[in-house]
Amino acid sequence: MEAISVETIKWVMVAKEEDVPANGGSCVMYKNEQIAIFNFKKRNEWYATQNMCPHKKQMILSRGMIGDKECEPKVACPYHKKNFSLKTGENLNGEEYSIKTYPIKVEDGNVYIGGLE
Amino acid sequence: MAPADWYKENGINLYLNDPVVKIDREKKAVISSKGQTVSYSKLVLATGSSCFIPSIPGIEKDGVIAYRTIEDLDDIKSYAAKSKKGVVIGGGLLGLEAAKALMDLGLETHVVEFAPKLMPRQLDEKGAIMLKEKIETLNISIHLNKNTKSIEGEGKVAKMVFADGSELETDMIVVSAGIKPRDELARESGLEVGPRGGIVVNDLLQTSDPDVYSIGESALYKGMIYGLVAPGYEMADVVANSLAGGSKTFAPYDMSTKLKLIGVDVASFGDPFCTEQEHQHIVFEDKTKGIYKRVNISACGNYLLGGVLVGDAKDYNMLLQTYKNAIILPPTPEDLILGPRSGAESTGSGVLSLPDAALICSCENVTKGDICSAVTYNNLEDVAGIKKCTKAGTGCGGCVPMLNDLLTATLKASGKEVNKVLCEHFSYSRQEVLAIIKSTEIKTYDELLMKYGNGDGCEVCKPAVASMLASTWNDMILNQDTIQDTNDKYLANIQKGGTYSVVPRIPGGEITPEKLIAIGVIAKKYDLYCKITGGQRIDLFGARVDELPLIWEELIEAGFESGHAYGKSLRTVKSCVGSTWCRFGLHDSVTFAIEIEERYKGLRAPHKLKSAVSGCVRECAEAQGKDFGIIATDKGWNLYVCGNGGAKPQHAKLLASDIDKETCIKYIDRFLMFYIRTAEPLNRTSTWLNKLEGGIEYLKDVIVNDSLGLGEQLEKEMQYMVDTYKCEWKDVVENPAKRKKFTHFINSPIADPTIKFQAMRDQKKPVEWGA
Repeated sequence: MEAISVETIKWVMVAKEEDVPANGGSCVMYKNEQIAIFNFKKRNEWYATQNMCPHKKQMILSRGMIGDKECEPKVACPYHKKNFSLKTGENLNGEEYSIKTYPIKVEDGNVYIGGLE
Repeated sequence: MAPADWYKENGINLYLNDPVVKIDREKKAVISSKGQTVSYSKLVLATGSSCFIPSIPGIEKDGVIAYRTIEDLDDIKSYAAKSKKGVVIGGGLLGLEAAKALMDLGLETHVVEFAPKLMPRQLDEKGAIMLKEKIETLNISIHLNKNTKSIEGEGKVAKMVFADGSELETDMIVVSAGIKPRDELARESGLEVGPRGGIVVNDLLQTSDPDVYSIGESALYKGMIYGLVAPGYEMADVVANSLAGGSKTFAPYDMSTKLKLIGVDVASFGDPFCTEQEHQHIVFEDKTKGIYKRVNISACGNYLLGGVLVGDAKDYNMLLQTYKNAIILPPTPEDLILGPRSGAESTGSGVLSLPDAALICSCENVTKGDICSAVTYNNLEDVAGIKKCTKAGTGCGGCVPMLNDLLTATLKASGKEVNKVLCEHFSYSRQEVLAIIKSTEIKTYDELLMKYGNGDGCEVCKPAVASMLASTWNDMILNQDTIQDTNDKYLANIQKGGTYSVVPRIPGGEITPEKLIAIGVIAKKYDLYCKITGGQRIDLFGARVDELPLIWEELIEAGFESGHAYGKSLRTVKSCVGSTWCRFGLHDSVTFAIEIEERYKGLRAPHKLKSAVSGCVRECAEAQGKDFGIIATDKGWNLYVCGNGGAKPQHAKLLASDIDKETCIKYIDRFLMFYIRTAEPLNRTSTWLNKLEGGIEYLKDVIVNDSLGLGEQLEKEMQYMVDTYKCEWKDVVENPAKRKKFTHFINSPIADPTIKFQAMRDQKKPVEWGA
């Protein structure tokens, strides 16, 4: 893994663009952190969140289905269909817990995540 | 509290981290600890309460913790880690919650209550006894009538000594003995406080100084502290109204509550005791199920005065409304708690009989009238719409079932059908989407969404469309893996802890010793937990996602195929041993079951499908509890359809009798395809039949008499599915690109390091959620 510094955010390359399915997600490991990355092809957007669903604390969100709720991009946890905004990490079922999101970008076929320790 | 911006936007100065230390009532100003002085015209004291700590000798010892704040909970958790036994002082609502917390932390748990019963403010004697018995079955010990004299121990807690001379050894004590109003400021500034604390207020919630108000748990109104959230909101409303020049007053507030306590439903409403008024009461008690219900009725028999529910509180909402709105009771008031019997119609005649003023959502103060007019004037079509429009159901959520009933009833009254569109992305019903797929020959979700949908899709429409595409074209489902539910995506069933279970197909439940050994060898090699399923096959649990293709490679090598336990598709065809071995058997049920299972294996449907074949009327295969079941008769076979176990068991209904095998298969072809065509998503055949206009008679007409002239078409569609069947797992095992997706990380070959198991009865199980 190689670290590239752009502006003030430190970016870490975590995957090849081609390894993340279109309109789906994958999980990457950085140090001891599991991060779910989503290739939202339908909107031409990429998102990154924590992989753990806070509801039952399972490492699972990268296997969730993505979509939108009234235009807000979201991921649904496979276990109990808890919905989280991919933009803000907010729980969209009105429950209190939320998830962490990370800056993400794709350059030259490589996927980078920002803000990692 | 609201976000900081909110205060700014509404012109409110918010002072944080600077408590008020003095009220100067002469100068009408408050002075803070940092010396700031803020003057007022009117002052509201909403200082809340703290945990009441009884003055017991030894209460200051290590290991005595209050139960009130988030920090308290952290303290309890960390102290529990080094304790084996814990005692809760206080058998009220919070005390019992605290006991549940100690139990969950793995402690031997005791509750000590001063009063002779649990929840003395809410429950009558018999209700409290029922609750006590239910809680004791969870291994929580309850000690009533106990007055703690002292807490002993060298520095930290070791035991409690009671006034009756008895003792209880313990490692820690959690105190939940009620609340203490924070009235210090009021007291120091000379405002009147109650003998046991609390700032005395009048009907306008003014204290003894008319320019100073008090609300919430710091206020003492008619000798009572209101410790619930709803009266707190009501108090705030009264003061706001008064400040704005209104004349609204506070009145003794209804303290009805319903909650789930340690898994036991408990509710109390109106006057649960009726010790001071003339009344009659009706009691229902079922000790075996742990249910106690009591309603108090006015002496004239016309009105409900209050009641207690333990173990089953589903009638709470209706009872509360009947009480609050003084609805005249039916001549048989026992129906209120027993439900209508002998097939009579419901006596309360449902939610529509409530007056418009009936408060449905007490968290957000929304009446029935508000909800019904919102549905009518805003054209609402679902509960989500009601929530958004009226905020009803957004608090505790207890009224959501009533919202649903009100919605359905209101829509029905206005002659509107309840909308059955797939979701916000497709404004078509499932049946319409399926017709579009067939007529346009669309084969992918993306194309369908682009041409007939809107937005980006979601977890409702994606798997629904995936199922319809599979039921129509029968392509390998992993060709579109991102629209599949997680089980279909990994062709296995996800279980607690993130591992999967694997079920190879064992048609009819018949298996050779060689194949049994092969399963055993593979299960051993991958250390899988083994269990025989209800469908006569073997489930192997605890497989990591990266192990799935390896396991299947070996299973396929041993002659197995996918069992589709993960799909909304045909699961198993159960069979009894039939005429080959059984002295009662009329025909060979095993052979027929295998034929049926081989024919329909892999067929995807709106929901899962189960089947069975019995060799005689003794029905050992339980065919009448299946989506389609076959029972041998002396003249042929009887075909039953639309049976179901599950949450709402339903016997299958006879579709045709004494038919031969060929006719039986023809009818099943037609039946399944007709179900696939017309059912809503995730409706089992039983639910589908219950909604089908004309019921089983209509279904017989379509399937047996071919009244719609569809028979041949349906059979042709089914034959296509049979001819194009392929084992999904074989396809994955042989396809490197598909295999590659079975991995936890895409940037590391290691498995998910958070997966953890523990031992149980010589096998393993995943550690509990979040452990």
